Amino acid sequence: MNELAITVIGRDRPGIVADVAEVLARLGANLTDSTMTRLRGHFAMTLICTGPAAAEVEAALAPLAAEGQLLATVRAVTPDGDVPAAGEPYVMAVHGSDRMGIVAAMTRVLVDAGGNVTDLSTRLTGALYVVLAEVELPAGVADTLIDRLHRTAAELGVEVTLRPADPDLL
Amino acid sequence: MSGEERGPEFGLGDWTPDSLAVPGVVRTVVSAPHPVLSRAADEVDPTAEETVQLAADLVATMKVSPGCVGLAAPQVGVGAQLFAVDVTGHPKSVTVHGTFVLCNARVVEATRWKPGREGCMSVPDLTGDVKRASRLVVAGDLPGSGEQVRLVTDGFEARALQHEIDHCAGLLFLDRVAGAHAVYQRKVYL
Repeated sequence: MNELAITVIGRDRPGIVADVAEVLARLGANLTDSTMTRLRGHFAMTLICTGPAAAEVEAALAPLAAEGQLLATVRAVTPDGDVPAAGEPYVMAVHGSDRMGIVAAMTRVLVDAGGNVTDLSTRLTGALYVVLAEVELPAGVADTLIDRLHRTAAELGVEVTLRPADPDLL
Repeated sequence: MSGEERGPEFGLGDWTPDSLAVPGVVRTVVSAPHPVLSRAADEVDPTAEETVQLAADLVATMKVSPGCVGLAAPQVGVGAQLFAVDVTGHPKSVTVHGTFVLCNARVVEATRWKPGREGCMSVPDLTGDVKRASRLVVAGDLPGSGEQVRLVTDGFEARALQHEIDHCAGLLFLDRVAGAHAVYQRKVYL
């Protein structure tokens, strides 16, 4: 069974998801994990699917990309299986005036503490820049990490909070 | 909030799982996509023998499941409006009614909505951000006596009750998440 990583990005219009998903379904490609969102008027999809060969999918997506409005890439990947958790889940929220290097500086602090960013999104609206990151942290580092995050945020002139995202089992 | 706004409580009285007077049997918990989790459960007769036995079984199964603070009948494969709850000792609990089982429960009043991340024994690999009322009034029947109760609660017990009442309505937390990016791989296992 082939595992494929596919990205599609292009000017947003109604029907992109349906068009791409139909192509994949027709080929017998089973869509597993995916994330799809609109970024400043561009629709972006990143997905993993299993099934046909990469070349076949690439050829089938080509007509969609032919209008020049969509860019699709397909590549075969090796399944890693289940990745064990690297620590405890936290959510980091950063907001403030936009400037260069906010994501770079803040995620570097997380990485230096042994953290692993598992999900991140940013939004710029007017002058306000917002970063939301899901991060796995080694046990016991959060208390000292928050001080380092505050120092880095102060240098950047932004605000930061870090809170545990531990789920309650119900 | 004043007592008047929250309404009177007709509490559990001296009800405990012991008053069911039958030993509980630990049942197997089913996982999504089991169809019983996705259909509205049937109302039950709280005084019926099978309801009493199921109530005892839910308590027994909840007690042996690490970290479990609530278990609804559909989660053990039975489409009945019945669930057990016990949030005793949970750090997010404020009001605590101990271990209890409610039949045919419904939300009477729900206010002060707050987000929180939930996991479910029947959805073992995912968690999700769900908004729930943190002040809650719930009405239902006690198994065995059939006595009607009206519980006024808050915080974590309120969240647990809403989660279990949803199970009885055929809803999982996945039906209530805040959006497409509010579901996560569960990373911490108890």
